[in-house]
Amino acid sequence: MNTPAYRDTMLAITGGRAVLRADIPVLPMSAFQDAIANAVAKDGCRVVTHFGLPDPTSDELIVLYAVLAHDHTGRLYISATSAPRSGYPSLTPRCFQMHLFERQIAENLAVPLHGHPWLKPVAFPGSVDRRAERSSPFAGADDKVGIMDFYHIDGGQVHEVAVGPIHAGVIEPGHFRFQCDGETILHLEISLGYQHRGVQRALKGGPNKRSWHYAETLCGDSTIAHGCAYAQNVEALASCRVSPRAAAIRGIALELERIANHVGDLGGLAKDAAFLPTASYCGRIRGDFLNMTAMLCGNRFGRGLVKVGGTGFDIDDQLRAELLRRLADAQQNLLPAVELLWNTPSVTARFEHTGILPRKTALELGVVGVAARACGIDMDSRRDHPSGIYRFTHLPVVTAQGGDVLSRAYVRGLEIQHSIAFVREQLQSLPSGDTFTPFAALGADMFAVSLQESWRGELCHAVLTDADGRFEHYNITDPSIHNWFGLAMAMRGGQISDFPLCNKSFSLSYCGCDL
Amino acid sequence: MLHTTTPQLILSIATHFLVPLAIAPLFPGIINKVKAAMAGRRGPPLRQPYLDIFKLLRKTLVISNTTTWIFFAGPLVAVGAMLAVELLIPIGSSPAPIHFAGDVILFVYLFAAARFFTTSAALDTGSSFEGMGAAREVSFAVVSEAALIFSLLIMIRFSSGLSLNTLLLAPFKQGSVGPRLMAAVGLFVFLLAETSRVPVDDPDTHLELTMIHEVMVLDHSGPLLAAVQYASSLRLLILINLVLLFIGPPHTGIPILSWVLFILEASATAVLVGIIESVMARLPLRHVPTLLAAAAVLSGLGFILALR
Repeated sequence: MNTPAYRDTMLAITGGRAVLRADIPVLPMSAFQDAIANAVAKDGCRVVTHFGLPDPTSDELIVLYAVLAHDHTGRLYISATSAPRSGYPSLTPRCFQMHLFERQIAENLAVPLHGHPWLKPVAFPGSVDRRAERSSPFAGADDKVGIMDFYHIDGGQVHEVAVGPIHAGVIEPGHFRFQCDGETILHLEISLGYQHRGVQRALKGGPNKRSWHYAETLCGDSTIAHGCAYAQNVEALASCRVSPRAAAIRGIALELERIANHVGDLGGLAKDAAFLPTASYCGRIRGDFLNMTAMLCGNRFGRGLVKVGGTGFDIDDQLRAELLRRLADAQQNLLPAVELLWNTPSVTARFEHTGILPRKTALELGVVGVAARACGIDMDSRRDHPSGIYRFTHLPVVTAQGGDVLSRAYVRGLEIQHSIAFVREQLQSLPSGDTFTPFAALGADMFAVSLQESWRGELCHAVLTDADGRFEHYNITDPSIHNWFGLAMAMRGGQISDFPLCNKSFSLSYCGCDL
Repeated sequence: MLHTTTPQLILSIATHFLVPLAIAPLFPGIINKVKAAMAGRRGPPLRQPYLDIFKLLRKTLVISNTTTWIFFAGPLVAVGAMLAVELLIPIGSSPAPIHFAGDVILFVYLFAAARFFTTSAALDTGSSFEGMGAAREVSFAVVSEAALIFSLLIMIRFSSGLSLNTLLLAPFKQGSVGPRLMAAVGLFVFLLAETSRVPVDDPDTHLELTMIHEVMVLDHSGPLLAAVQYASSLRLLILINLVLLFIGPPHTGIPILSWVLFILEASATAVLVGIIESVMARLPLRHVPTLLAAAAVLSGLGFILALR
């Protein structure tokens, strides 16, 4: 069999490694785009991230980077290209996974992309300064937050429903624009970008005292996963090898984070279906798992637990025994509560065939995490692109076939069980040694990329250092960036009254998309 | 029941009118208490619905610029209709003070009038949420009203009048048990639908897109919202009473004892509603008409049996 062309033109690496920027092949624009389009269409690659930054040598040019993942071989493929600021043809029509990334590039670097099917800003302009920064192609078009063109369907029977950005629950701002025919959704457009966090900009010039705290708070419910991804990048750049004990503690914390969030989501799904027993149980049991994380580091969401070079906290024998005891207790409480979901006909009737995301669509969109596994896509970064403890211990990958709310709930339910078993195993066989490895300065002119399977799905941190070993660009791709459009597609042709339940079943992040 | 003296008559009418008004908010409180207990929580006190209503009455109104007088009329007509219904229907074993041949039709229409004004007030806000809620309310009512009408037809078949007093009081003497039980089940589903309980609606949700009744009153505030909540408490009590009348309330002959028994039975029904709400999930909205149609068919079959 012929090797696909992209494997020769792009640089193959594995996650959590740093390479010299000089080693990244800079392709001509057409070759760059062809390579990506072919890799995705013909060889089952996914676009992990795609970003651009100004070319330091010329005001007229920008540099684009793309990271693709080939899950079967566990390889990441990187390449770069140079593009003119005056505009270049969009790749989105040939490779749909690029659509949001290209919109971000067009917005952040003020580059018009030709032929992009839906070119509009991802975020609303925040301060007056940022509005001034923004020139073509969006100049003047959007002076007010919340004012934006939305896809609109005309017709006597069609009505438009606008939900948010302020919601009835205590959640983050996000706007949902439905085009409906009666109760049926014809189209849903999701508009985030109200928060103007500026984290990626703030990370430039790092690492400094603040960088770590920015990284940890990128998305509050994925503190450990983002923390690990950041730490791995800095460790790769500084050639620091984390001790086995620290890797195991990170793994325990990651899985506790996954369990707590999955439990919370199952409870949330039950609540949205007005099924009180599981909602009540899970609300409490989620707290049990958060408290276990708090026992590790003093914070329920695991802040300060991971640090560059290892972990900030160790587990002594007394704590280990207490954690094992609590884990057994929580498991015993949790299993009947979750079983109740599958054994109650009114619940399964509510979940089944609701919000179906077809497998083909999920593959085209590059959906990741629970949402992808619920469509029967066998992918999990912990297995496909393992880092840390996952290189030594494998967790079974859970998939379901339905692509509906029931499948997404079921995948969560099974993942909780595997994660509990994993945490128990790691606690019982914790390697000895230190939890912290000192590290030197960061390498200059390097590129590092780190993938983590957060509870939501694969998240990616990519970083470029300058000649002094400082962050020239820090790019964060939350799993939600891949998945929000999956939610929109799952709702197409569905019932508008099913939206809250479907939204919960994807459980995506708002702030993770607004960096 | 014969009333020998005028003061006795006045007392009995006053009791009939005022007792339900006083106790109505108790029943949503009971349902919430049961749900809390089933979930292992302590839950809000039984008097919470009263406190909510008093709190809302003290608040000021916030009124959207797009609304007209219809926005005010919605909650007021809803309360007014329930007050009128309360005078038309026997409660427990107390006969209705106002009765005439054909009041059963007025009874059904008063529910429809309350619905008409509530949905109109919802449409009046111009909100897409409230419009959806109104559309759902009206389209589900097409089916659920059939259950109510068939149930009443059964009693009309069994008795010799067209007045609720003759239809519903002392039904143990009239007709066979089967059709009446079928009608009671149909009416119970009607109750769940009309009072926005699980599995038809979710009274606790904050998700506007899934609501039916609640979404129509999102824009109401202060005293108008108090009126909405009071009207829905009254509706709950009246419908519980209607279901109980079909099963047959005890007829003790001693008014005070009858009232106590009625309150106990109504509380037990509220507990049942709370239990149903605690153990099952809500139906997908597209399946709600199926449930309502099943209730209507059940009552309809009861009617056919009653015709034999």
